[in-house]
Amino acid sequence: MLSPYRRRLVVNAFNLGVSVLMTLFGLFWLAWLLWTLLSQGLQWLGPHVFTASTPPPGEQGGLANAIVGSLLLTGFGVLIGAPLGLLAGTFLAEFGRASRLAAAVRFINDVLLSAPSILIGVFVYTVLVVPFGHFSGWAGAVALALIVVPVVVRTTEDMLKLVPDALREAAAALGAPYWKVVVAIVYRAALGGIMTGVLLAVARISGETAPLLFTALSNQFWSTDMSGPVANLPVVIFQFAMSPYEDWQHLAWAGALLITLAVLALNIVARVAFRRRKARQ
Amino acid sequence: MDEAREQIEAGARAEAAPAVAEVPNPKIVVRNLSFHYGRFQALHDISLSIPERQVTAFIGPSGCGKSTLLRCFNRIYELYPDQRASGEILLDGENILDRRQDLNLLRARVGMVFQKPTPFPMSIYDNIAFGVRLYERLSRAQMSERVEWALRKAALWDEVKDKLRQSGQQLSGGQQQRLCIARAIAVRPEVLLLDEPASALDPISTLRIEELIHELKSDYTIVIVTHNMQQAARVSDYTAFLYMGRLVEYSDTSTIFTNPRRRETEDYITGRYG
Amino acid sequence: MQDALFRHGTRLAAVAVGSVVLAILVALTVGAWPAIERFGVGFLGSASWNPVTEEFGALVPIYGTLVTSAIALLIAVPVSFGVALFITELAPGWLKRPVGTAIELLAAIPSIIYGMWGLFVFAPLFGEHVQPWLTERLAGLPGVGVLFDGPPMGIGVLTAGIILAVMVIPFIASVMRDVFEVVPAQLKESAYGLGATTWEVVWKVVLPYTRVGVIGGIMLGLGRALGETMAVTFVIGNAHELSASLFMPGNTISSILANEFTEAVGEIYLASLIYLGLILFGITFVVLAAAKLLLIRLGAREGRRA
Repeated sequence: MLSPYRRRLVVNAFNLGVSVLMTLFGLFWLAWLLWTLLSQGLQWLGPHVFTASTPPPGEQGGLANAIVGSLLLTGFGVLIGAPLGLLAGTFLAEFGRASRLAAAVRFINDVLLSAPSILIGVFVYTVLVVPFGHFSGWAGAVALALIVVPVVVRTTEDMLKLVPDALREAAAALGAPYWKVVVAIVYRAALGGIMTGVLLAVARISGETAPLLFTALSNQFWSTDMSGPVANLPVVIFQFAMSPYEDWQHLAWAGALLITLAVLALNIVARVAFRRRKARQ
Repeated sequence: MDEAREQIEAGARAEAAPAVAEVPNPKIVVRNLSFHYGRFQALHDISLSIPERQVTAFIGPSGCGKSTLLRCFNRIYELYPDQRASGEILLDGENILDRRQDLNLLRARVGMVFQKPTPFPMSIYDNIAFGVRLYERLSRAQMSERVEWALRKAALWDEVKDKLRQSGQQLSGGQQQRLCIARAIAVRPEVLLLDEPASALDPISTLRIEELIHELKSDYTIVIVTHNMQQAARVSDYTAFLYMGRLVEYSDTSTIFTNPRRRETEDYITGRYG
Repeated sequence: MQDALFRHGTRLAAVAVGSVVLAILVALTVGAWPAIERFGVGFLGSASWNPVTEEFGALVPIYGTLVTSAIALLIAVPVSFGVALFITELAPGWLKRPVGTAIELLAAIPSIIYGMWGLFVFAPLFGEHVQPWLTERLAGLPGVGVLFDGPPMGIGVLTAGIILAVMVIPFIASVMRDVFEVVPAQLKESAYGLGATTWEVVWKVVLPYTRVGVIGGIMLGLGRALGETMAVTFVIGNAHELSASLFMPGNTISSILANEFTEAVGEIYLASLIYLGLILFGITFVVLAAAKLLLIRLGAREGRRA
C-alpha cells in the first residue's frame, strides 16, 4: 500500500516515461523510413537514372524524363501559384485586416490548406482535362499551383503582419505611395519569411502524387511539351512500385530516395534560413 | 454652493477659451481641428499657428492628443481606415485636409521622424536614397552628394562614411535615429515633425539629437512632441500644452515655463499631475 | 492611381482564392450529376460496385475511409500528446528544437514514400509477426475479437490505419505543442507552487485550459487522414467488400479514386467516382471547418485575456 504522495510520484514518473516512449516511437518511424529509403534507394541509384528515360519492362533505363518533367511541373506550379498567393496574402495583411471579405478568405484558405489533394486533381480534371479532351502538363501545373496558393497566402499574411506598422508609417511619411511602401519596404522586411513559405510549398508539391494522377498523368517518353501528358517522378514511382516488374520497382526506390532527399533538403534549408533571419532581428 | 459654482466655471474655462498667443510668420495654421479614432474623439476644436523656421513643442500627459495632433500635419493617420480629422490645417495658406490634397506630395513636403528608430531593411545609403528617388531623378554622383549632405546635416557622416553599404539596422539606436532624421531631410521637406524622437534613446544620444534640432532650425520648421518638459524647455521656441484632447495654452516657451497664464499648465509643469 | 490598381489587384487575388472552394464544389457537383440523378441519396447506403452492370454505391469506401481514420486517430492522439508533452515540458532546451523538427519532417515526407515503404517493408513484417500474434491473443475475445480474425496478409484496413497514424502524428503533435505553449506561465507556476507534479500540471491544468485547441488539432489530423490518398492506396488492397475484420483488404474514397479514375469507362462510372469525391469533399470540409472554428474560438479567448 503506497502513501498517496508516493502514488502521485509513481504516476508522474510512469506517465512522463510513457511520454518519452511516445516521442521515441514517433522518431522511430522517421528513422525506419529513412533507413529503408537509403538502403533500398542507394543500391539502385546510378548515373543511368539521370541520363536514360523510363524503360519498358525488362530493359535498362532511368528516370531522366520523369525528373525533368517533375522540375517543369513544380516550376510552373510555383510560378502560377506563388504570385497569386502573394497578392492574396498581401490583401489579407495590408488592406483586408478586419474586413468581412478577408475573414471569409482567411477561413476558406485554411480549409484549402488541408483539403485532400486528390480532390484538387479531380477538380482540375473536370475543368482542364475533360474540356480539352486530353491530359496535359498544364493541367498538372495548375493542380500543383492550387496546392501552393494556400501555403503562400498563409505565410505571406503571417510574415507581413510581423512587420511593425512603424516601418509602414516611416515609408509613407517620406511621401511614398502605399503600393511602394508595401513593395519596397514591407516585402523586403518580410522577404525571408515569405521565401520560407515558398520553399515549403515547393517541398510540398514536389512529392505530390494524387493531384497529378488525373492531370499530367505520365509519359513513358521524353517530353517537355506541357500541352500533352508529362512524365513526373511521383506518378512514375507509383506506377513502377505497383508493377510486378523488379526492374521497375528498383527504379521506383531510386526515385523515392531522390524525391525524399530533395524534399527534406528544401525543408531544412527553409528552416535554417528562417531561423537565421529571426536571429538577426 | 459657491464652491460648486466655481468648479463648474473651472470646467467651462478648461473647455472654452484656451490661452493662445499669436506667432510671427506662421507656416502652419490650424483652425478648429477635431480628430476621431472610430467613435472616440481624441482632439477637440484645436486652433493654433506654427511659426516658420522655429521649433514648436507639444507637451502634455500621456493620451492628451499631442502625437495625434502631430500626425495630422502629414495625414499619416490616413493609413488607418477608422481615423479621421475635421477642421482646417493651412500649410502656406493651403488647406491640407482638403480631400483633393495629394497625400504623397504633402508628405514629401512635411517629413516625420518617429519615436522608435525605423531604419528600412536596406543599406544606409539606400535608406537615404529611398525617399529621394521617389520624387527626383538624380545621377549617381548627385545622389551620392545628396546622401553625404543629408548624413552631414544629421551629424552622422563621420560615423558611417566607411560603411554606407552596410545594413541600416546594424547601427546603434542613437545612430539609427539620426539616420532616420537624415532620411527625412534628404527629400528636402519644409517642415519636420518629430514624434518623441529621443524617448527610446540614452542620455548622450538624446543630447546629440537635441543639438541637431537646434542646428536644423535655421532651415526647417520643426514641430516636436515630447513628454520630457526639460527637453521642451531646452529645444523649443514655442510650446503648446494639451490636456485631454484640448489645447490649454500656447505661447513662447519662456512664458509657458516661467509665467503660465492657466492653472492647469502650471500644475503640469510643476509636476502636480501627468 | 497605381495605389488603387495595387489594392484592387490584391483584392481580386483574394477573391479568386476564396472562390476556389466554391468552384471545386460546383465542378464536382456538375461532374457527379449523372450519378446523383441515377442513384440519389441511396448511393450512400449501397454496397454494390459493379462497373459491368453500372450499379454503384458509396458504402464500402465511406466505411473504409471512416474506419482507417478512426484507427489512425486512436493511435496518433495519445502518441501526439506524449510527443507534445515531451517537447513542451520535459525536453531540455537544446533538445526541443531537434525533436520538434524531426517530428515535423515526418509530415514533410511525401505520402507516396509512406505507401511504398508500407507495401514493401511494413506490411510483410506486420503480416508475418504482428498479425498472427494479434489473432492469437485477441480473436477469441467477445465483441472485438472479430476485428482481429482474418488472414495475416499484411495489407488491409488495419495496416492502412497504422500508416495513416504515423502520417498524422506530426500535424496533431505540432498543434498540441503550439497550444500548450500559450498556457500562461503563471498558471503553471501556481499549480507547481501547490506541490503538483509535472504530470498533474499537464493533465489537470494545461490540458483543460487548452481543450478547445487540442480538439481543433485532432480534427485537423482527422481531416488529413480522411483525404490521404497515396499511402492508403498502396496498402489497403483495393477490395469492394464490407468486412468486419480489420485484416481484410478494403477501400477508401481516395484510394478508389486513385485506382480507378483514369480507367473508368462510361459516363455513370466516372460520375459515380466524382460523386464519391463530392462526398469526401463534404466530409472533410465539415471536419476542417469545425477544426478551424474551434481554433478561432481558442484564439478569441486568448485575445480577450490578453
